Amino acid sequence: MALTLEQVRHVATLARLSLTPQEEARYATQLSQVLDAVAELEALDVGQVEPTSHATLASSLLREDVMRPSLPPEAGLANAPAKVGTAFAVPKILE
Amino acid sequence: MSSTLTDLSMLELAAKLAAREVSSVEATRASLQRIAQVDSKVRAFLRVDEPGALKAAEASDARRHAGSPASALDGVPVGLKDIFLTEGVETTCGSRILEGFVPPYDATVVRLLKEAGLPLLGKLNMDEFAMGSSNESSAYFPTHNPWDLTRTPGGSSGGSAAAVAAREVFGALGTDTGGSIRQPAAFTNTVGLKPTYGRVSRYGVIAFASSLDQPGPMARTVADTAALFQLIARHDPRDSTSADVATPDCLTGLEDGVRGLKLGVPREYFTAGMDPEVEGTLRASLEEFERMGATLVDVSLPHTKYALATYYLLASSEASSNLARYDGIRYGQRAKDARGLKELYTQTRGQGFGAEVKRRIMLGTYALSAGYYDAYYLRAQKVRTLIREDFTRAFQQVDALVSPTSPVPAFKLGDKVDDPLSMYLMDVYTLPCNLAGLPGLSVPCGFTQAGLPVGLQILGRPFDEARLLRIARAFEREHDFFRRAVPV
Amino acid sequence: MPLSDFQTVIGLEVHAQLLTQSKIFCGCSTAFGAEPNHHTCPVCLGMPGVLPVLNQRVVEYAVRTGLALGCTVKPTSVWSRKNYFYPDLPKGYQITQYDQPICEWGELVIDTPSGEKTVRVRRIHLEEDAGKSVHDASASAGQSLVDLNRAGVPLMEIVSEPDLRDADEAVEYLKALRDVLVYLGVNDGNLEEGSFRCDANVSVMPKGSTTYGQRCELKNLNSFRFLKQAIEYEAARQVDVLESGGKVDQETRLWDVNKGITRSMRSKEDAHDYRYFPEPDLQPLIVSDALRDSQAKVLPELPRAKRTRFMGEYGLPAYDARILTAERPLADFFEACAAHAPDAKKLSNLFLGEFSRLLKDEGTPLSALRFTPAQLGELLATVEKGTVSANAAKDVLGEMFRTGRAPADIIAEKGLAQVSDVGAVEAVVDDILAKNAGEVEKYKAGKKSVYGFFVGQVMKAMKGKGNPGLVNELLKKKLGD
Repeated sequence: MALTLEQVRHVATLARLSLTPQEEARYATQLSQVLDAVAELEALDVGQVEPTSHATLASSLLREDVMRPSLPPEAGLANAPAKVGTAFAVPKILE
Repeated sequence: MSSTLTDLSMLELAAKLAAREVSSVEATRASLQRIAQVDSKVRAFLRVDEPGALKAAEASDARRHAGSPASALDGVPVGLKDIFLTEGVETTCGSRILEGFVPPYDATVVRLLKEAGLPLLGKLNMDEFAMGSSNESSAYFPTHNPWDLTRTPGGSSGGSAAAVAAREVFGALGTDTGGSIRQPAAFTNTVGLKPTYGRVSRYGVIAFASSLDQPGPMARTVADTAALFQLIARHDPRDSTSADVATPDCLTGLEDGVRGLKLGVPREYFTAGMDPEVEGTLRASLEEFERMGATLVDVSLPHTKYALATYYLLASSEASSNLARYDGIRYGQRAKDARGLKELYTQTRGQGFGAEVKRRIMLGTYALSAGYYDAYYLRAQKVRTLIREDFTRAFQQVDALVSPTSPVPAFKLGDKVDDPLSMYLMDVYTLPCNLAGLPGLSVPCGFTQAGLPVGLQILGRPFDEARLLRIARAFEREHDFFRRAVPV
Repeated sequence: MPLSDFQTVIGLEVHAQLLTQSKIFCGCSTAFGAEPNHHTCPVCLGMPGVLPVLNQRVVEYAVRTGLALGCTVKPTSVWSRKNYFYPDLPKGYQITQYDQPICEWGELVIDTPSGEKTVRVRRIHLEEDAGKSVHDASASAGQSLVDLNRAGVPLMEIVSEPDLRDADEAVEYLKALRDVLVYLGVNDGNLEEGSFRCDANVSVMPKGSTTYGQRCELKNLNSFRFLKQAIEYEAARQVDVLESGGKVDQETRLWDVNKGITRSMRSKEDAHDYRYFPEPDLQPLIVSDALRDSQAKVLPELPRAKRTRFMGEYGLPAYDARILTAERPLADFFEACAAHAPDAKKLSNLFLGEFSRLLKDEGTPLSALRFTPAQLGELLATVEKGTVSANAAKDVLGEMFRTGRAPADIIAEKGLAQVSDVGAVEAVVDDILAKNAGEVEKYKAGKKSVYGFFVGQVMKAMKGKGNPGLVNELLKKKLGD
């Protein structure tokens, strides 16, 4: 199945990836090849098969509702590229 | 002195530390010296933490002195794939987007190693976000195979494998999502164990594909691998997928041999495309197992050929979501020239991720998107069920499965960089095990005429790592491939 | 067609913050009002490598709510990731329940002018809250600031079927649901702080039609009044659109409090495609029989049942019963007092009047009252016996609020006891009438307005302690009425 440039751009928008025109063209080709390769799965009849979403079926782990210390804000924000006070800063969000 | 020291296995060193013949500081300095000697050629390390390692070594020596070592491996220096978060030590996952990121916490396995007293020598190179089979997708530089510097050490835990093989570290931790521990182990004449999914905590391990990722030990001998494994195989209340099972004892029965065991040989794992020398080495190894008293059983895993497609759809889908957090807001690199919020996202991610990572994010985003979910993601999940069931049936007949780890020995750097599909084929024998959540191990089983290592893969039932190690040890005992001197 | 020929159809999606100590997937505090990012850790900051671990109390509260609303509680439900990019969403996805929620198909009965109505609850699911972005901080021109204290706070979403037919029904449903959640102890019902939030799906269709119109989702409805105003505005707007030959677009609209209108939120750059898939970091959620039973055991009597019982057991009007049962602590305290009070209706009057006023003015929470239900009952009994006037009783109650002393002591100390002795009162009445013979003449000649003067004089002579009933009775007798 061939992916169009338009589809590649749509997926890139969904994934928030800026791509150069060269990258768009390359991914269109390469992703089309990968999709052709994975098309072999269509040969299988999986109508009655349950999907596997987890490698093991352990019972769900729960924790007690107990408060634990938070990170000191200076540690939580130590890696922030931009901050104001103890808040992370981003370019203005336009609704 | 130092060269002989670094040739020791972890347990040999541990014995000398226990006997007070050497100190941890001496061993750590020997490793640091070896790194200084060879790493400019091997390029296994992204970051060496000399002060941290020496400080830990001093503390270890103090414990030995006080007669209260923290563990059997107290004082044995090891390395970490740069996928493990280390508090206060930069962690990049081989990516530009995390350049400069200094974690505020330790991964659970890092904490366990620290508590056990192992000096941590530094952070080892890897394919970016563990996506790759050659270490060439590292945003920093490719690592070279110590057995042939023009070749790849494999990936994604290629830095870990290369550092172990080159005697820069005594052991290392890697992670395995589709073969990322076993394939580099096979390429470098080292042992690598991918534990059962849920056996080792993923907390603090940067996620690639959450339902497939599993950290594991890499070392030069089977016994070292077992000893390191025992330190990290702990239930972790911080990981909901961590299995609540007791830490296994893998050392007690390690020398028990394979007599009476039934070893399955999956016929789908011996297919066209396998390197003839790899196949020859494998066939010889199988005969050897028979000589040692094991029974070989021909088994079929009929859905094997669908594993690659299934894996790439599922792993890429999960990755597309796992990597959404790298947005340049709370940590990591932010695009300098972004105007407005939208560009902040697209440029940060467009510039911060490498080609392979972007390719997989694109594939995963597409496979999960409206209108395609059922055809790709859901279908792949169903095929995953069929692949698991193949293994369940096989393990009703046999105790373990044996196969090649990789269809080829280490290939030349640059050979497959522009051909993702052919690169993906490197993982055909390793990734079904991840889809099924099973334990798998690669143990050295010989060399090609050109001197390239060949690995034998052993797969087992869930939580049956002890048996895999025992089978591997039986083979290793006959050969001692790990004694062979590495050319670098 | 005029507006009255259209039928409004409404369904509500309620987000209720669960009253836990810690967040849904980590140990950070859920408390409101901390400095930005002071309640965050690697998990809720979405650091690399972190994993969620589910808070057990969140599950208990959802199960409790499901049982209270008569839902099917699913033995197995599934966590999903909802993927979208926004600065206040640290992981780039929200962990939520999607196609397999924890509870399905319950109902809530509400009162409407035409009688009881059953509103179906389609589903209850659990999810994590996002953080908060502040857009207009003066210190940061051109920037928005992100605070992740709320990120990971546990939310329960309760989705109704589109069974509501006008704004009043919607308000009634929302109030009834809030009362239930507060009764269950799972939510604080606070709309202003956003711990109880509501979105409304509104559409219109010609009356008699069975096909719903295109719906719009209304947001920013943080009070019952706004909910009512927004639905009424939106229904009228949609009718206008249809009447002028247009078509209602499915969209999200924001209630603009200042302008009193709903306005379209600028549509996102790309259509929403949340790419839901099962959360690989969390196993399916198993609700054990033991957990379910533990919640069934602690289910309290719900507001509606309690109200009905109050009407029957205490003979109270519906109005009183509703107010008294709106909050569980008040209802419990009322019942405790009723056991000691001679007349439930008079007790109710006191609760709805002076008692409520004092609670509010003194700012005393019920849990911190200084007097016992028995003492309040005693006070009412003294009023009944005529020992104190109803007015004096208010003062006594005020003193009980402040000091917690026994009513008898307060009455004695302040000399608030009434004179109800016939002989004593008669002597004063006789004296006053004798001293004011002129006024008595005027009264008898028909100037009835001087009656108040006599009462005043008697009460003044008795320093206000004459039993008013007795004073009246004797005055009228002596004046020959």
